[in-house]
Amino acid sequence: MALLRITSPHTQRAGRRTSWVMLMVILATIPGIAVQSWLFGWGTLINLAIAAITALLSEAAVLTMRRRSVAFYLKDYSALLTAVLLGIALPPSVPWWVTVTAVAFAVIFAKQLYGGLGNNPFNPAMVGYAIVLVSFPVPMTQWVGASDMVSSGSMLSLSQSLQAIFHHLPSIDSYTMATPLDGFKHKDSLSSTAAFNSIASLKGANLNSWLFINGAYLLGGLILLALRIITWHTPVAVLSSLSVISGVFYLIDPNHAATPWFHLTTGAAMFGAFFIATDPVTSCTSNRGKLVYGTGIGILIYVIRTWGGYPDGIAFGVLLMNFAAPLIDYYTQPRTYGHKKAKKGLTIKEDN
Amino acid sequence: MQTTNIFSFHGGIHPPENKAQSLTLPLGHPSLPKELILPLSQHIGQSSRPLVNQGEQVLKGQAVAINNGFLSSFLHAPTSGTITAIEERVIAHPSGLSDLCIVIEPDGNDCWTERKPLDDWRRISKTDVLSYLAEMGIVGMGGAGFPTQVKLQGAHKHPLTHFIINAAECEPYITADDMLIREKAEQLVLGIEVLQHLVEADQVIIGIEDNKPQAIAALNNALAQHNNTIQVAVVPTKYPSGGEKQLIQLLTGKEVPSGQHPADIGILCQNVGTCVAVHDSIYLGQPLITRFTTLTGDALKAPQNVEVLLGTPVKHLLDYAQATHKKISRLVMGGPMMGFTLNSIDAPIVKTSNCILAASKKELPAPAPEQACIRCGMCEQACPASLLPQQLLWFSKSQEFEKAEHYNLFDCIECGACSYVCPSSIPLVQYYRHTKSSIREAREAAVKSDLAKQRFEARKARQEAEAAEKEAKRLARQKTSTQKTEGKATETKKATPAAETKTAIPDESKKLKVDIALAKNKLKKLQKQLVEAQENEHVEEINHLQLQVTEQEKTLSLLEQQLEKMATTPAEKSTKAAPAPVNEELKKAKIDVALIGAKLKKAQKQLAESPDDNELKANVRELEKGLAQAQSLLDRLTSSTAAQKADTPQKASSKPTVNDDLKKAKIDLAIAKAAVKKVEKALKKAEELKAPESGTLRQQLQEAQQRADSLEKALSNPQTQSPATEATKSNASTDESAAQKEQIKKQKIASAMAKAAINKLKKRLAAEPDQAESIQQEIAAAEKRQQEADALLAQLTQSQDTM
Ligand code: SF4
Ligand code: SF4
Repeated sequence: MALLRITSPHTQRAGRRTSWVMLMVILATIPGIAVQSWLFGWGTLINLAIAAITALLSEAAVLTMRRRSVAFYLKDYSALLTAVLLGIALPPSVPWWVTVTAVAFAVIFAKQLYGGLGNNPFNPAMVGYAIVLVSFPVPMTQWVGASDMVSSGSMLSLSQSLQAIFHHLPSIDSYTMATPLDGFKHKDSLSSTAAFNSIASLKGANLNSWLFINGAYLLGGLILLALRIITWHTPVAVLSSLSVISGVFYLIDPNHAATPWFHLTTGAAMFGAFFIATDPVTSCTSNRGKLVYGTGIGILIYVIRTWGGYPDGIAFGVLLMNFAAPLIDYYTQPRTYGHKKAKKGLTIKEDN
Repeated sequence: MQTTNIFSFHGGIHPPENKAQSLTLPLGHPSLPKELILPLSQHIGQSSRPLVNQGEQVLKGQAVAINNGFLSSFLHAPTSGTITAIEERVIAHPSGLSDLCIVIEPDGNDCWTERKPLDDWRRISKTDVLSYLAEMGIVGMGGAGFPTQVKLQGAHKHPLTHFIINAAECEPYITADDMLIREKAEQLVLGIEVLQHLVEADQVIIGIEDNKPQAIAALNNALAQHNNTIQVAVVPTKYPSGGEKQLIQLLTGKEVPSGQHPADIGILCQNVGTCVAVHDSIYLGQPLITRFTTLTGDALKAPQNVEVLLGTPVKHLLDYAQATHKKISRLVMGGPMMGFTLNSIDAPIVKTSNCILAASKKELPAPAPEQACIRCGMCEQACPASLLPQQLLWFSKSQEFEKAEHYNLFDCIECGACSYVCPSSIPLVQYYRHTKSSIREAREAAVKSDLAKQRFEARKARQEAEAAEKEAKRLARQKTSTQKTEGKATETKKATPAAETKTAIPDESKKLKVDIALAKNKLKKLQKQLVEAQENEHVEEINHLQLQVTEQEKTLSLLEQQLEKMATTPAEKSTKAAPAPVNEELKKAKIDVALIGAKLKKAQKQLAESPDDNELKANVRELEKGLAQAQSLLDRLTSSTAAQKADTPQKASSKPTVNDDLKKAKIDLAIAKAAVKKVEKALKKAEELKAPESGTLRQQLQEAQQRADSLEKALSNPQTQSPATEATKSNASTDESAAQKEQIKKQKIASAMAKAAINKLKKRLAAEPDQAESIQQEIAAAEKRQQEADALLAQLTQSQDTM
C-alpha cells in the first residue's frame, strides 16, 4: 500500500477549474450574442467562427514553438475566450482579415509572447481590437444598422454577410450606419435635442437596439456575478463612474452633453464593464484596487467618447488602466489580519 | 447563560463537511492493542525525560516520563504493563521521521496506580494547581499540544477579558470534539470552571459552529444545571472559524496583532478536549492518557469516534474501524485542510491526534496539474487573513522574498483556503511554506554575513590598536636601549627620556583614548543589538551577538589597559623628571635616535612585506648603522650627564623607586619579548620565502633575545636585592588576583546574563506557544551557556580562594 505523501490541504473545490471559469465567461456572452445576431444579422456569428479558429490555431502554433503541451493549454479555453470577446467587439460586417489580424495579434503578441496565460500585462482582446482600430479605421467604424432604419430596409442575409466578410459587398453601405456614439460624436455644433431629432443613428430604433444589446450583456454579467466568477467591484466602479461623470457634464451643459443613460446603454458599456474590464489577469487584484481600476476605466471611457478621436473608449480605457494596474495594486493592498493599517506602496518598513 | 455578539472574519470557505459519516455510530472503545507506543515528544517543547527502564512494570496512570525543563510535559502509562523498549519508532509527525518512544506491552489487567484527585483546588494556591496540571501531562489537545500550565501562566501577562473555549471544529470530517461535548458536557463545564478559577477572565465563551446542534443542546443543558456565567456562542459554519485567530475575531471582534499572541490582548483560548482533560485530572486524578479521535474516510467500513488510549498504533484503529487497506490512498492525521499525511500505519496516536482520515483515491484524488494563475482573485476572497495570495504566489515563484514579506507572507496561517478555491489547482500553501523557510534561511544567512562584517571591523580596530601599541613599544624600546647602555637605572636616566616621551605619550594616549571611546561606542551598539535580538527572538543573532559583545569587551579592556600603562608612565616620569636640566645635545641625539629608529622600523616593515627588495635591504642596513651611531652618541652624552648628577635623588625614595623600576623593567621585558617574537615571526616568514635576509633577521633575533635575557636578569636582580621584594611580590600577586577577580566578575555577569536570557525565554515561551519548539532550543542553549559560565566561575573562585 503506497500512501500518498503530500502536504495540506488535501482537498480542492470540486469542478471549478480554470477551464470552467473561462467556459462560464464564454457562455455568459450568449445572451448578448443572441441579441446582437437578432438585430444585426449573421455577421457576429461568422466573426466568432473566424476568431475562434484563428485563436486556436495561433495558440497551438505558439505553444508548439514554445514546446508546451498544446492540448493541456488549449483546454483552458483562454484563447477561445479572447476570440469570443473579439468576435463580439468587432463590427458584424468587418472583412475576415481584420478579424484574423486582431485575433492573431491578440493571442500571439499580447498573450503568448508575454509568457502565456496569466503573464500578459494587457488585455489581449483589447490589444487586438486597438491594433485593427488604429490600422483599419474604415471597416472598424462601419456598423450594421437596425434593419428598419438602413436604406436597404432589411438585414444582411447569411450569404450577404458571408460576402461582406470574405469578399466585398458593394452595397454594404446601404446596410450600415453610424452607431449612436459615432452619430453623437459627429453632431458637431448641434444641440443634443436637435441631434437626437435629426441624426439617423440617434433615432429611437437604433438607440433601442443598442439598449437591448447592453441589457443582454448586463444579464450575462449578472450571471457571472452570481457564479462568483467576477466580483461586483470592477463593473460597478466602471458603470457608476461613467454615469457620475456623464451626469456631471450633463448637468453643466445639457445642451451638448449626452445623458448618463445614453452613455450606459450605447456602445459597449455593459459588455466592457462586465466582460472586458473584469479580465482577471490584467486588472487589479484587491477589491479596493478593482474599485480604483474600474473608476479609472469609466472616466477614460467618457473622456475618449467625448473628446477623443474614437467613437468608443472601452478598448483604450481598459488598456490605459492595464498600465496603471500594478501601481494601483501597490497602493491598495488590503489590511491584513492583525495589522493596524494596510501597507502602501512597496516601501519595506516596519508596520505596527 | 447569555448569548454573545458574533462578528465575522474575512474570507473563509465552505468545503463539504463530511461530518455525518463518523457520527452514525456511537462512541467506540477499541480493545487494548498489542503494544502502546508513547513518543517522548507529543507536545510543543522539549521531549520528556523517561522515568522508567526497559523491563520495568508500570501501572495505569503511572508517570513514565517527566518534563524536561519548563516547556515540556509529563507522560503516563495508558495501561498497566511492561516497558519493552525505549527506542526510535515511526511517529505521527509531518516530517515522517522517527523519534524516541517508550513502548509498553499491556498486561491486560488495566490496573490503576493510586489516583489522587485535587479536591481542594479552590483553596490551594493557583501555582500548585498549575503544577498539578503539569504533572498530569495536560497539553493543548486542539492542535499544537502546547503545555497547558505554561499557556495558563502566559495568560497572566495581561488581565484577561475573554476566556474562549474552542469547540468550533471547522475542519471537514472531524467530529471528535462534537462527540466529546455530547458525551462529556458535564465534565467539560466543570473543567472550564477550574480553568476559569485559575485565569479569572471577565467573560467565558464557548465558541461552537452551528453544524453541531446536538452538542449545543448538550452544552446548554449542562450549563443550565450549573448555573454559571459561561456563554455559548454559536458561530456560522465556515472554515477556518476554528482557527484561534479567526475564532477570536468571531467572538470578540478583536484581531490578534501581527506577531503577537492572544494573551497580549487579554484573550486565552483552550480546546474543549483540554478542558475535559483538566476535569479528569482534578476531579478524578486521571492523567491525560486517553483522547477522542475521529476515524473516518471512505476506506473505513465503520467510521466513528473512539475514545482511544494514547500510544495506540493507527493500524489497530484502522482495523477496529474495518478498514479496507487496499482502498487507502492517503492517510491523513488531522483534517483534509490542515492535516498531514502519515506514511506508516504503525505511527501511534498522540495527545494531539484528533482525526485519522483514511481516504480512498476517489475521496482525495491526487492533486490536479498546476495551471497558470489567472489572477482570478478567488484565493483573495477566501483568505481569512486578508492577504493577497496571488501576489504572494507571484513573489514566491520569482523569489522576491522582500516583496513577499512586504505582502505579509508571515501572517499566513496556512489554512489552505486559497489552495482549496484556486481554479488553477495551484498548491499555494506549499509555495508559501517553501518561501517562508527560504526567507528564514536567508535571514539567518544575512545575520551571519553581517556578523562577519562586524567581526572584520572589530579585527581592523584591533589591528589598529595593536599598531598603536607597537608605536608605544617603539618609544619604550628606545628608552630601554638607553637604559641598557647605561647599565644602571638612575633617576636621571629616567628623567631624560621623560622629556621626550612626554610629548609622544600624550599623543599616544589621546589616540588610545579615541580608540577606547570608539570601542565603547561599538560595544554599546552591540549590546543594544543584542538586547533587541533578544527581544525579537532571533535565535541565531543572539548567539553571534553575544560572541561579538564579549570580543568587543575584550578589545576594550585591552585598550584600557594600554591607556593605563600610558597614563602611568608619564606620570611616573614627570614626578621624577624634575631635577633634570637636559643638555641640548643630548636632546638632539635622542631625537636622532628616535627618527632613525622610526625610519628603520618602517623600512623593516616594508621589507617584511616585500622580502626580495634589495634596495630596501640596503636601506635597512644603512639605517641600522645610523641608529647604532646615534645611539652610541646618545649613550655617551647621557652617561656624562648622568655622571654629573648621579647621586642626587637616587635614594630619596628608594622603595617606590625600586618598585617603579621593577614595574618598568617588567614592561621592558615584555616589550623585548614581544620584539623577539616579532623578529621570530619575520624570520620564519623570510625562511619560508627563502629570502636572503634571513641571516640578518636571525641576527636581529639573537640581539633581541639577548636584550630580553639581560632584561630578565636585570629584573630578577633588583627583585632579590631590593628591600621591596616582598612588596613587589605581593604587588604582583595582587595584580594577578585582581585580574582573576575581574574575570570572576565577568563570568558572574555572563552567568547572570544567561540566567536572564533563560528567564526571558521562558516568559516568551509562555506567551508564544506556537514557537515553543524553537524557544525551547534557545532555552537549552542559554542554559548550557549559564552552566558553562557557572562552572568557570566556580573554578575561578576556587583558585582565588586558594591563592
Ligand atoms: S485562485 Fe489561483 S488562479 Fe485565482 S488568483 Fe488565486 S492563485 Fe491565481
Ligand atoms: S493559506 Fe495563507 S494565504 Fe492561503 S487562505 Fe490561508 S491564510 Fe490566506
